[in-house]
Amino acid sequence: MKTGAAAIAFALAGAVASLLLLETTAPTLAFWALVVAVTIASWIGLERLAHIDKPRWIGAILVPGLFGLLLLYLWQVLTVGLEVPPILLPSPARIGHQLVTNLDLEWQDFRQTFLKSVLAGFVMGSGLGFIVAVLVDRSPFLQRGLLPLGALVSAIPVVGIAPIMVMWFGFDWESKAAVIVVMTFFPMLVNTLAGLASAGGIERDLMHSYAADYGQTLAKLRLPSALPFVFNALKINSTLALIGGIVAEFFGTPVVGMGFRISVEIGRMNVDMVWATIAVAALAGSVFYGTLALIERGFTFWHPSYRQERS
Amino acid sequence: MTTDALSRPLGQPSAFGRLYNGTALPVAVVLAIVVVAWYLGAIWLNAGLVEQRLAQAEKPAGLAEFVHTAWSLDRPVLPAPHQVAIEFYDSVFTRDVTSPRSLVFHAYVTGSATLVGFVFGTLLGVLLAVGIVSWRTLDRSLLPWIITSQTIPILAIAPMIIVVLGNVGLTGLMPKAVISMYLCFFPITIGMVKGLRSPDPLQLDLMRTYSASPSQVFWKLRCPASMAFLFPSLKVAIAISLVGAIVGELPTGAQAGLGARLLTGSYYGQTVQIWSALFMAALLGMALVAAVGVVERLTLRHMGARP
Repeated sequence: MKTGAAAIAFALAGAVASLLLLETTAPTLAFWALVVAVTIASWIGLERLAHIDKPRWIGAILVPGLFGLLLLYLWQVLTVGLEVPPILLPSPARIGHQLVTNLDLEWQDFRQTFLKSVLAGFVMGSGLGFIVAVLVDRSPFLQRGLLPLGALVSAIPVVGIAPIMVMWFGFDWESKAAVIVVMTFFPMLVNTLAGLASAGGIERDLMHSYAADYGQTLAKLRLPSALPFVFNALKINSTLALIGGIVAEFFGTPVVGMGFRISVEIGRMNVDMVWATIAVAALAGSVFYGTLALIERGFTFWHPSYRQERS
Repeated sequence: MTTDALSRPLGQPSAFGRLYNGTALPVAVVLAIVVVAWYLGAIWLNAGLVEQRLAQAEKPAGLAEFVHTAWSLDRPVLPAPHQVAIEFYDSVFTRDVTSPRSLVFHAYVTGSATLVGFVFGTLLGVLLAVGIVSWRTLDRSLLPWIITSQTIPILAIAPMIIVVLGNVGLTGLMPKAVISMYLCFFPITIGMVKGLRSPDPLQLDLMRTYSASPSQVFWKLRCPASMAFLFPSLKVAIAISLVGAIVGELPTGAQAGLGARLLTGSYYGQTVQIWSALFMAALLGMALVAAVGVVERLTLRHMGARP
């Protein structure tokens, strides 16, 4: 523990020193030696810290966080030190600078792509998939017909319908939402059907012996036991929805939106801005996913995968 | 076994009952519903265009005329299924395979990028997984980032990778393959890590009582145990890999490939062309996933799994 902390402290100090050096002078041999030393020291520190089990936050947050910092640091030092052309790979500092100076533009793109198309499409597609699954569940015949098709759709590049949706619904967010609805519908349908079927025979027999009718069994037994599956689909869909929203904008859009920004700024070779937009998309995607995971934890606290952690 | 025999109804089920309880009939019924809905949708969505057309012709049109026009427009809003089927047949079977008007050619261009990317992605994914399983530091530090990166719309980077690699002088198949690789190694890493960790403590203890070396534990226990997890993620990966290759063709004005076909179709309003390209993409995706399925079955049978 002590060696680990010392190594990390040394690495942090070295990193700051080398970054300051890089600001003032051209990279020398001593500078590269410092970079190598920082890398080795942080690796030793991580190696030590990775073997600590308690308290939990060291393994769960500190180690990956420090590793992420190390990657960022190496990215910065290598791109600036080796003078990599910014067109190939801009340094994180440049991307951050671009991000901060264009906050207004980024916010507009975010509102257009995420708050309008992605959220609308995600809610409609997942909601529709869920409702259809609950309805279809009453008919084993339809279920047997839909499940193989739903599985087939997962092999199909659904993004390809984007040009058609742009033709049907116009350039604005409605067409993007439509693409997302189609993309998110089937994962939700398949997962919800599987989840509704997951309630065990014993539990069902118990409900039967309580003389519970269909609606009661659904509400008290089968929907709760389907929840882990539903949340799994929601998490899959959160990524799909962002991808669908961005890619659909490549086919035509009003002059705002993350996909639009990416394709336009690439045309102008303004790679910093592209990376900044990707950073926003990455942040939005992770926060979206994380929020869903938190909600899932609240709803399915009884599930074994969460109970195990606490004990 | 006994419960199976008990739950079966007495006597021979009728032919209809067997059909009804199988999968073929339900799937056929659902498909039929889709086709009928599609034809009706074609009438509904094309109604505006048809009215224009009939007004120009200036002759009173009955319902039959209306429907017929709706199903045979040149650039319909929604082409009827048979129009798509004819265009598909034309561009697959009647045209020279090497001509850029043949869908087989475009499917080959996209498919080869998909496969190259898939192979590299699989190698990278498996290597990462082995590193993560055998090295605790990598597990603690790298795995959380791999999981986080799955929540990122990586596909958004696709156009940039194309441009960046184009600057270095790489064009054609390689940039698309890089995108495919980038997309498909995540599910493989995750599935493989899960699979390599799937042997339970009892089995690991047994290996220890045999005084097996770490490499023996890996090759004789962990590796075979991971196969059941590897193949489902390979199926996911090859489907994503295809999406990556198609999206890689979108922003750069590529001349060949299914993505390029979609883009030119959308520029010139050739809806029938878009739909047939979409069908080709769907078929390609299913064929690729089915191919992985065949390899899976062969491997599992070779390993002695019961079918």
